[in-house]
Amino acid sequence: MELIQLHLPALIVVLPLVTGLLTALLGRGGRGWWISLGATGAVLAATLQLLAQVVYQGPQTVTYLMGNWPMPYGIGYVVDPLNAAVMATVALIGFVVTLYAGRSMAPEISPDRARYFWAVWQFCLVGLLGITITGDAFNFYVLLEISSLSTYTLIAMGHGRDRRALTAAIHYLVLGTIGACCYLVGIAYLYMVTGSLNFADIHARLADIYATWATDAPVYKKTIIAGFAFIMVGLSLKLALFPLHVWQPNAYTYAPAAVSALLAGTATKVGAYGMIRIVYSVMGTDFAFTFLRSDILLAACALMAILVGSLQAIKQTNAKKLLAYSSVGQIGYIALGIAANNVAGLQAAVIHIFNHALTKGAMFMALGCVLYRTGGVRLEHLRGLGRKMPLTCAAFLVGGMGLIGVPLTSGFVSKWYLVQSALERQWLAPAGVVLVGSILALVYVGRCAEAMYFGQRPENSPEVREAPLSMLVPTLLLAAASLYFGIDSGTTSRVSEAAAKFLLGVAP
Amino acid sequence: MTINDIPPGVVLLVAAVLMAVLPARGRWFVALAAPVLALADAWVAINDAWAADAAGVARYVSTWQFLGMTLRPVTVHAPTAVFATIFCLMTGVGGLYALHHNRRFELSAALVYAGGALVCVFAGDLITLFVGWEIMTLGSTTILWCARTEGASRAGLRYFALHALGGVLLLAGIALHAGQLNAAGHADPLAFAHFAEMIEGWTSFGWHNAGLWLMLIGMLVNAGAPPFSAWIGDAYPEATESGTVFLSAFTTKTAVFTLMVGFAGVELLIYLGLWMAIYGIIYAILENDMRRILAYSIVNQVGFMLVGVGVGTKLAIDGAAAHAFAHIIYKALLMMSAGSVLHATGRRKCTQLGGLYRTMPVTMWCGIIGALAISSFPLTSGFTTKSMILSGITEQADVMARIGKPHDLMIAAWFILEAASAGVFLHAGIKFPWFVFFQKDSGLRPADPPWNMQTAMVIFAGLCLLLGMFPGPLYAILPYKAEAASYAGVVYNYEYLLSMFGLLLFSGLAFFVLLPMLKRKEMITLDTDWLYRRFFPTVWREVIVPILRGLDHAQKTVLEKLPGRPMGEPRSPLARLGTEWAVSVPVFVVTLMLVIYLVVYFVVLPTA
Repeated sequence: MELIQLHLPALIVVLPLVTGLLTALLGRGGRGWWISLGATGAVLAATLQLLAQVVYQGPQTVTYLMGNWPMPYGIGYVVDPLNAAVMATVALIGFVVTLYAGRSMAPEISPDRARYFWAVWQFCLVGLLGITITGDAFNFYVLLEISSLSTYTLIAMGHGRDRRALTAAIHYLVLGTIGACCYLVGIAYLYMVTGSLNFADIHARLADIYATWATDAPVYKKTIIAGFAFIMVGLSLKLALFPLHVWQPNAYTYAPAAVSALLAGTATKVGAYGMIRIVYSVMGTDFAFTFLRSDILLAACALMAILVGSLQAIKQTNAKKLLAYSSVGQIGYIALGIAANNVAGLQAAVIHIFNHALTKGAMFMALGCVLYRTGGVRLEHLRGLGRKMPLTCAAFLVGGMGLIGVPLTSGFVSKWYLVQSALERQWLAPAGVVLVGSILALVYVGRCAEAMYFGQRPENSPEVREAPLSMLVPTLLLAAASLYFGIDSGTTSRVSEAAAKFLLGVAP
Repeated sequence: MTINDIPPGVVLLVAAVLMAVLPARGRWFVALAAPVLALADAWVAINDAWAADAAGVARYVSTWQFLGMTLRPVTVHAPTAVFATIFCLMTGVGGLYALHHNRRFELSAALVYAGGALVCVFAGDLITLFVGWEIMTLGSTTILWCARTEGASRAGLRYFALHALGGVLLLAGIALHAGQLNAAGHADPLAFAHFAEMIEGWTSFGWHNAGLWLMLIGMLVNAGAPPFSAWIGDAYPEATESGTVFLSAFTTKTAVFTLMVGFAGVELLIYLGLWMAIYGIIYAILENDMRRILAYSIVNQVGFMLVGVGVGTKLAIDGAAAHAFAHIIYKALLMMSAGSVLHATGRRKCTQLGGLYRTMPVTMWCGIIGALAISSFPLTSGFTTKSMILSGITEQADVMARIGKPHDLMIAAWFILEAASAGVFLHAGIKFPWFVFFQKDSGLRPADPPWNMQTAMVIFAGLCLLLGMFPGPLYAILPYKAEAASYAGVVYNYEYLLSMFGLLLFSGLAFFVLLPMLKRKEMITLDTDWLYRRFFPTVWREVIVPILRGLDHAQKTVLEKLPGRPMGEPRSPLARLGTEWAVSVPVFVVTLMLVIYLVVYFVVLPTA
């Protein structure tokens, strides 16, 4: 037990990597699902344990050295309140969606490919969890590529239902690779001037370099700035932040149902985490925000994301694409929180990473249920489902209210913090845009709800019934969680406060 | 956790869930038992607060923690007792009226709606208030949609859009206000209490009071104050006959309650109230639809209340609270009477009705009692309450005259409200019963409605008379109940009785003299709701759709389903921002972003 506790940070990444390989070799029939379920369950338990440790028990950081190499030289895994929270989110969504995917993937992926699906599924989680936990800039890149490559594959697997999945996957492949390259180039610049790849070490050495900028002989100014610009562009792509969001709607729309739910809940969130990590604990906010004023640029992108994403969502007729565009907008909220550079803003970002993962996960899973029963997710497929699939529609509606930010759902909590942080910086217009975003969300959620509850089933449509339990239960689970965390906001605000204060160096 | 910790609104919300799932037999029980339970719960809290503090001002009974803030969901403000009592009473009697319909969702939504109103009435902090506010919006919109007609569906959307806007304004105001107080180190930034700074501060608008202004505007949207008056006449008549009864009771009166707690004494409310009193009469006289006549007269009556709140003296506040109590009863009674006629005949226009007195005696008598009460005929509830507002105004005018302050506004207010009283008698007191029950014989011979609707009407008619003759129990629960002993003298004195009879007689005379002019033709009056019907659709068609249309160009099929102009118009510059381009374009955008970052960092920022 002691041993497991000691190696917990490594296990989170290594376990699914090993089981993933095993799945590819042995995972015929239903075994792939069982292995994945076991692996994600174990990872979830491990991340929750780590989260409890860094937030509630202390110390605030847990460091794990790969192969016991000391840190600037070897790869170190560093767990702090921020990435513990993000990892727990990823693992939670990973587990619940795995539970769901066992049934939902059946009509979408042919049985002889199932084991590869499950193997790639686990590799994707390896990448996402690894990105979050690693304290090494190059390791971050490697894991980013692992998660991206598996994501391209997972999306392409939707081609059984719709051939456009292939185009979407290629599209994402091209852009994702460019993004990863940008990140790599940026890291290379930083390596050039600091000679280090360890986040903490880079941060420490950059501080010495920044100190020279105030003098007559500033060194490496242009190199560092250029490096930062490359990293920001690379991460913005991963984050799907406007205007680099273009890969995302199609990828989410044409991927298999479970994959959409997984990606919506985890992939872009990890990108957001990466941005917080680079800006706050590698480059430092004095450089990124005070010196370069990137907060303005980031906030501008965020506001455009909220407006354009929500407006685009309003006019979609494919409910999955509607949700995908809504995600573009919701990412804007997270980015705005990052740009605000105060405790409330970071709290909003961290809470929204979690809350949005819950709500969007639940909504994509509900749409998966609809897809499973009706064979489509255009708005006409939703018509009149309120009576035929009451639980699925209720889960969708709860998620939708979370997107709007109705009080007593988790969405309200994040919006509250976000508005507070904007007002703290006297950003009146951004606060207004956040509220306008709520109204726009009302419209697009309203369109779905109207179809579900006030529409009539189309003529001659086949009889539908409630989704199978194995899909319904995970969906309801996430929807209930989004309600629970809206009413009992204590846990999320405690964790996010710990993360925000840790990042800003405020005493907890 | 004792019963004190359960907000009375939550009792109704739980009942709403039960209502939605229980079979028909259980629903009877829930509809009648839930308001009784909520009333009991409310009074436990009220008695607790009063026992601790005789004035009973903003005593809170229970606190919750949320987002690191202290919430006070069970708080007893000065006017809480009177509003909580009437809301529970209304829920029970309204439920009785609606019960024979097999509409589980409407009753469930009604309980949600009433529950939201009760949450607001017991809200000791702004977050709870906002939560109750939004619950009300959801509940009332659902009631509207339960009518399942094309008109109701559209009116419901307009209603929802406006109230969502009001809710956002309220939330923005709360966030701004609480954020500023928090930054200033205030101990309790979220407290929902009297914002005394607005009494002087409403004449200016600046960063320091922007939060209060936004909250005030958010509340005024729900009160139906100008320029947001039209939604009442637009939406309420579209609901079912029982739905309208519920709708007429809660939204505007909850707004009056919140204004009374937060903004009592703000002179702006007097101006708005006077405007509403006049507006309601003009549109009610022009109107032909019997329930729309009554809906416009809600605006008029809420105007009286706003004036009382704006004057802000003890007598005026008590008058406004008492008037709200009486108004809910007689307005619901009138709406029930009109609903019964609609139920029996299926017709809603005055010109298509008439002569129903022969076969609907119960409905007719109840309608007449309601009509007399709204006209504040002596011995009815309206007389005992409206007189308090008017006396409050004259009293304040005296006080101001004595200390040498200009009191022209008070005098003007008194005259306008007196004139409006005559107008009320004209449009609601005589016009409604005359055209519906008497006038020409329409040939219709419908019977009185089912027993439960009759019982509900009889109960409220009885209350109208009881409150008119024995207003003591009502005075005992008013905000400044300590002063109540003096109120009976205010109301029943010869001078006032005489003036009221004179007023009523002359306006009655005027009605029959002007009858030929007042007869409505069959037409649809397009009134100030042109904003919803014309302006916003035009904006949607001419501004928003082009933007959306511009944003899109790949999905022609979608666009053809959007209402508006055909394809091929010039695209806005925003047009290309969100479309799904080929892969080369995003790659170009990535490069462009990189260039932007670099240019900003190296060229734009001189420091770099």
